[in-house]
Amino acid sequence: MEKRVTFKGWLLPVCLIAPQVFISAVFFFYPAAQAVWQSLFIPDPFGLSKQFVGLGNFEFLLTDRFYRASFLTTAIFSVLVTLVSMIPALFLAVLADRLIKGAGVYRTLLIWPYAVAPAVAGVLWLFMFNTRVGVVSWYLGQLGYDWNHVLNGGEAMGLVVVASAWGRISYNFLFFFAALQSVPKSVIEAAAIDGARFWRRFFTIVLPLLSPTTFFLLVVNVVYSFFETFGVIHTITSGGPQQSTTILVYKVFSDGFVGQDLGSSSAQSVILLIVVGLLTVVQFKYIERRVHY
Amino acid sequence: MATVTLKNVKKSFGPTDVIHGIDVEIADGEFIVIVGPSGCGKSTLLRMVAGLETVTAGDIHIGDDRANDKEPMDRDIAMVFQNYALYPHMSVAQNMGYGLKIAGLPKDQIDAKVGEAARLLQLEALLDRKPRQLSGGQRQRVAMGRAIVREPSVFLFDEPLSNLDAKLRVQMRLEIKELQSKLGVTALYVTHDQVEAMTMADRMIVMNGGVAEQIGTPLEVYESPRTLFAAQFIGSPAMNVLDAEIKDGSVRLGGVKIAPTDAADGKVKLGIRPEHLKPDPSGPIDMEVQLSEPLGANTLLHGRLRGSEEPFTASLPGVHRTSIGSHQMLKLKVASEDIHLFDPQTGTRY
Repeated sequence: MEKRVTFKGWLLPVCLIAPQVFISAVFFFYPAAQAVWQSLFIPDPFGLSKQFVGLGNFEFLLTDRFYRASFLTTAIFSVLVTLVSMIPALFLAVLADRLIKGAGVYRTLLIWPYAVAPAVAGVLWLFMFNTRVGVVSWYLGQLGYDWNHVLNGGEAMGLVVVASAWGRISYNFLFFFAALQSVPKSVIEAAAIDGARFWRRFFTIVLPLLSPTTFFLLVVNVVYSFFETFGVIHTITSGGPQQSTTILVYKVFSDGFVGQDLGSSSAQSVILLIVVGLLTVVQFKYIERRVHY
Repeated sequence: MATVTLKNVKKSFGPTDVIHGIDVEIADGEFIVIVGPSGCGKSTLLRMVAGLETVTAGDIHIGDDRANDKEPMDRDIAMVFQNYALYPHMSVAQNMGYGLKIAGLPKDQIDAKVGEAARLLQLEALLDRKPRQLSGGQRQRVAMGRAIVREPSVFLFDEPLSNLDAKLRVQMRLEIKELQSKLGVTALYVTHDQVEAMTMADRMIVMNGGVAEQIGTPLEVYESPRTLFAAQFIGSPAMNVLDAEIKDGSVRLGGVKIAPTDAADGKVKLGIRPEHLKPDPSGPIDMEVQLSEPLGANTLLHGRLRGSEEPFTASLPGVHRTSIGSHQMLKLKVASEDIHLFDPQTGTRY
C-alpha cells in the first residue's frame, strides 16, 4: 500500500499546492478561458470592437479547405517527427548499451543536440539546406539532385521533420538508454541460452520490456511535435511553400498574429486543445493498457 | 545426456585472476554441487560452462565436443538462475515454450512438451498466468520447467533456492534432486549452502578463492576433508580447529594427551567436529561453557577451552536442560578416528 501523508490543519497543504495552482491559473486556465471566450467573437481588423457570432468561427473552420489541409499536415508531421526521433534514438541506445569502453563519451556526445534551442536548430538546418549557399544542397546538386525546399512542399516537410526530430533524438536516447540498462541481465542471458540471437532477443524480449518507456516517449513526442516545433517551422519555412508545412499550431499563429483574425485563431486553439486532450486520453486508455506486463 | 570435462580451466578479469585452474570430470547423469563462500568463483565457473563468460585458459568439454568457443545456445545446456530470470511479459506457457519456439518447432509439439513439463511440475493450473502473479516457489518451478522442456544434456543451477524461504527450500531441494535423477540429466549446481551441497550432491566441488579445495562425495569431504577450508566449510556447526602439537605418538593440547597418532612430531592444526565430542568425566578436554543453544534433537554448547582464548563448540545429543548451564566446566573426549590433523603452514591434511 502506498503510504499517504495526512495533514492536521488545512493551512500548510494549501500553501504547498498554491504555487502550482497559481502557475496553472496564470499560464493555463486564464489564457484557455480567454481563448474560449474570444472564439465566440469576430473582432474588427483594428481590434476596436467585436461582434458576437456564437459558434460561427468553428463552423467556418470545419468547412474551411485550408484548415482541413492543416489537420492532415499536422498528422503527417507528428507521425514523422515521432518516428524519426524515436527509432534512431532506440537504435543508438542499443549500440551504446553494447559498448563497454568509451560509453561515457559516446553518451555525452549524443546528448548535446538536446541543448540546442529549436529556433537555433532550425537556422542550423536552414543554412545547411539553403538552396543557394547550403552545403548539403550544394552536394545534392553535385549528385544531380536539385534540392529546393522553398518551392517543393515535400522537401520542405522533410526538412522541418528532420530539424524538429534531430534534437529530440538525444532526449529519447537518454530515456531508452536508461530503460535498456534496467532490463535484467539474467533475462537476456536466459534468452541467449534459449537460443535467441541478438536481434531476435531484441524484438521478443527487450522491446516488450521497454514498452512503458516507449509509451511515455510516444505521448511526450506527439505533444512535442504539436506544440514545440513552432520555432523550427517559423525559422525554416514559415509554413510554406503553399501551406505545406503549416501545422495547426503554426496556423493559430499566422491567422491570429499575421492575419489579425483573432476570433478564428482562438477557435483554432480551442480545437487544438481538444485534439491533444483526446489524443492523450486515447493513448492512455488503449495503448497504456497493453504496455504493462 | 553428456559428460562434462573441465581441464585446467582459468578465468581472469583484467589483471585479476578469479579462477586458478579447475580440473574435474563429470560423469553422465551425475549431480555435481559447486559449493563455496561468496566471491569464491563458483558462479563464474558455472557461467563459463554455460558460455556466458569466456574461458581465459583451459578447456571445457560437453559431451565429446570442446565447448569453449560455442555460443550458449549451441552447448545443449539449460540454466536456472537465482532470480529465475523469467520473461515478465510472457505467460507461464510462453516462458516454457520460448526456446522451442525459437528452435522452430510446430505449435502442437510445443504445446505437448510444455503440457508434459507442466504436469511433471504441477504447473498445469498456472499456464496462463504471468510471472508476477506467481509465488516464489511457483516461479522457481516455471524456471525449472523452462529448463526441462528443452531436453538439454546438462542442467546448470545458479543458487536457485536462495530466494526462497527455509521451508520451501527444503521441499524444492528434494524436488530438484528427484527430478534430476528421474530425467537422468547431468547437473551442475552452485550454492553457498553446505546443507544443500551435502544433501543433493553425488559429488561436490568445494571452492575457495578460485581454487577447488576438494572434489569428492559429501561423505568423503565430511569424513576426510583434504584442507582446513573444506573441513570448516562443510559441516554445521563448523569444525573446531585448534593449535596442537604431536609428541611421543600422541596429539597434545597444551601438553594434555588427546588421542594417539602415528604422525611425526611437530606443531599441527587439530580439527574436531562438535558432534564427535562426548562427555566423559575422565576426558582430556576441559571446556568452559558460556552459552548453550538447545535445538531439541541436540544441544550446542559454545565456550572456550580451559586456559585458552580459543572458541570451542560441542554438540551433544538430546536435551541438557539442567546438567549444563553457563560457566560450567565440562570434560569431553574424542575418539582417535574422529580427529583431523592439518599442516599449520599449508592447511592440507596429514
